Amino acid sequence: MQNAIEVSGLHKAFGHTVALDGLDLTVATGEVHGFLGPNGSGKSTTIRVLLGLLRRDAGAATLLGGDPWRDATRLHRRLAYVPGDVTLWPNLSGGEVIDLLGRLRGGLDPARRTALLDRFELDPHKRGRAYSKGNRQKVALVAALASDVELLILDEPTSGLDPLMERVFRDVIAEDAATGRTVLLSSHILAEVEALCDRVSIIRAGRTVETGALADLRHLTRTSIEAELAGPPTGLEGLPGVYDVLVRGHRVTFDVDTVHLDDALKALTRLGVRTLASQPPTLEELFLRHYVENDPAGHAVPATP
Amino acid sequence: MTAGTGTLVRLALRRDRVFLPVSLMCLVAFAAGSAAATVGLYPTEASRVKAADAANATPAIRALYGPVYDPTSLGAIAMLKTTAFGALLVALVSALLVVRHTRAEEESGRLELMSAGVVGRQAPLTAALTVAVVADVVIAAITTLAVVGAGLPWAGSVAFGLTWAAAGIAFAGVAAVAVQLTERSRTATGITVSVLGAAYLIRAVGDVGDGRHWLSWLSPIGWSQQIRPYAGNRWPVAVLPVLLAVVLVGVAHTLVARRDLGAGLMAARPGPASGAPGLRSPLALAWRLQRPLLAAWTAAFAVLGAVMGSIASDVGGFLDSAESRDLIVKLGGVHGLTDAFLATEFGFLAVFASAYGIQAALRLRSEETEQRAEPVLATAVSRAAWLGSHVVVALGGTALLLAVAGLSAGLTNGAQTGGLGASVRRLVPAALVQVPAVWVLVSIVVVLVGLAPRAATGAWGALLVFLLIGELGPLLHVAQVVQDVSPFAHVPRLPGGAYSSAPLLGLMATTAVLLASGFIGFRRRDVG
Repeated sequence: MQNAIEVSGLHKAFGHTVALDGLDLTVATGEVHGFLGPNGSGKSTTIRVLLGLLRRDAGAATLLGGDPWRDATRLHRRLAYVPGDVTLWPNLSGGEVIDLLGRLRGGLDPARRTALLDRFELDPHKRGRAYSKGNRQKVALVAALASDVELLILDEPTSGLDPLMERVFRDVIAEDAATGRTVLLSSHILAEVEALCDRVSIIRAGRTVETGALADLRHLTRTSIEAELAGPPTGLEGLPGVYDVLVRGHRVTFDVDTVHLDDALKALTRLGVRTLASQPPTLEELFLRHYVENDPAGHAVPATP
Repeated sequence: MTAGTGTLVRLALRRDRVFLPVSLMCLVAFAAGSAAATVGLYPTEASRVKAADAANATPAIRALYGPVYDPTSLGAIAMLKTTAFGALLVALVSALLVVRHTRAEEESGRLELMSAGVVGRQAPLTAALTVAVVADVVIAAITTLAVVGAGLPWAGSVAFGLTWAAAGIAFAGVAAVAVQLTERSRTATGITVSVLGAAYLIRAVGDVGDGRHWLSWLSPIGWSQQIRPYAGNRWPVAVLPVLLAVVLVGVAHTLVARRDLGAGLMAARPGPASGAPGLRSPLALAWRLQRPLLAAWTAAFAVLGAVMGSIASDVGGFLDSAESRDLIVKLGGVHGLTDAFLATEFGFLAVFASAYGIQAALRLRSEETEQRAEPVLATAVSRAAWLGSHVVVALGGTALLLAVAGLSAGLTNGAQTGGLGASVRRLVPAALVQVPAVWVLVSIVVVLVGLAPRAATGAWGALLVFLLIGELGPLLHVAQVVQDVSPFAHVPRLPGGAYSSAPLLGLMATTAVLLASGFIGFRRRDVG
């Protein structure tokens, strides 16, 4: 099956500022794809190129089998977009904006619109300027989710939502994904990405630094181990892939590269394990490692606008 | 309550580092150019009296600029065009400054960020008023120096500067109250500009009609005129506008203390839960967004047209001396006082209609920078359709305004002269003949939005340049090639003048080329 989004070697500069520097991104049809990166790493720029709002300087981009720049209007009938920073027309009500955007896209499902308004607890009577940030975001979400489209492009769609509404958002996206919709989800909320996404791409400074299924990516990270042993913990420091060993009496805590987990556990059992707690690698760790540790200077790379 | 005012003033000056100097230069150039152009024209007292009598006998001139209060005074004649009209421009700059640094900041949410810091509740208004009043005084002072440099006497020139500063200060006060009334800065600007327009119109009616002179005393712009620079220099009159400003600023501060941040006195009503069936195209959206602005302008044009039509019918009763005829011919009049008056007034309406057209077309730019174009262009709407929607409103709106002004002038004029149908049939086309020139201004916005979006507001500069060319070009004997740059120079003078379609077709062709370039440019560039 053809991929919904295929991007390779994408370059985009604004004057002297390089926003995208050879970015690659592949989103298979029917998957929920997490798009991660720090502020200013080029996530929104990539999305704007995919929407045909920005013209790419170099590289190839295919969206739903078409060219995002040349075939923009035709392709936009098949996708819905939620911007990261939703601004509404001050004198249009939320309900009007939902209907307008839905109709401009080629129509929306009235039953779904009603259901979504209900689930997101959104008052459609208010005018644009009266909504809070979270409620503006809900307007854009309802407009996008009520449309019958193949692809959802969501740029940090939950950054203003409260935890309750974020849960609603996760449920709705999970239901949508089950029906075969493709979703590109740019997000900072790693728990959300872990809960929803099949695969993720991590970018930094306009380049893709990691991409793959979450399960595969976990192998690249470390597991935290906390154990109480029968005797004093010795010989752990020398093991390959073991870091930050901290001994307090018979207790030990350390991190271990997931590929060396087996060796480390064998060493522990030789010493006699009383209790054991292990913490699986989180996306957060993966994320932080790419932004902090992979940088040769040893500190986070400042975000580029 | 006013902590942080100093910081806010510095912030405002930083944000206005282009707007303020450009406004200053344009206004100084307007006054100094006018003075330099006319000082040499009337060397003898006899020539001055002759010209002043002619001007005073011409209602079009009295309506637009006011009377010459001292026919023997060189300054009074030289600065006739710039006194009240310049005061209007200074008042506009001053009011825009106040709105920009109060309600616009509040509406955008930026003021909330500042108010959480050590910024008193009254500080933003105080800072905005400080900036506006200082700007008014600086503009007045530099203009005074420039006019003295052009050869006019000191005392009168100081009084002239005072007319400008007084109008600026009065309308800073009007804007200070207007921004408390509504949540939207556009509406606040609309309220202030309406008051300003009404003030100018009231004094125009007062200046034209015998026995209606008291009307001029109801208008802050009328007060500015009554300072009478170079014609008595009545300094105490300047107290009136300043007093008005003090009262209005007091009212504004009281209102600030009583309302919530972000709220206006006029509460916003809830909207419909769903979009009307027709709200399904970019044009429907553009119409929905632009409707209130066009409605306000249409009402203003209906009033302006009606006033012009009724004044014009008085014109026949005025002395038709050789001198006034001579002056009217200089002003471009061809046949008859009424026709010359209306043709001149319609020329001014074209400038106002262009201001609307630019404002309407610039909505394209604000929609883009405020990121409201992005969600629309991410739907199945093509770039041409989106751009076209606002262009259609701007082009149609300008034509509508001129048609409405022509119609209401025709009705009031016809009602008094007895030939209603004939009058309407004559004046509607006379107003519509201005449309192609106005469309050039709209298309300048479009070409800038397409090719140089950051410079889109430069269209205002183009309008100002065309206005200055039209006002000063003939006086300064500027080369015809330069005068021809202004689209308004090509419009046949109707009613009364000879109609020729060639220049109109030329203007239409220019519009078409500019629009096409704008559309092509917009399709090829990045959005956002």
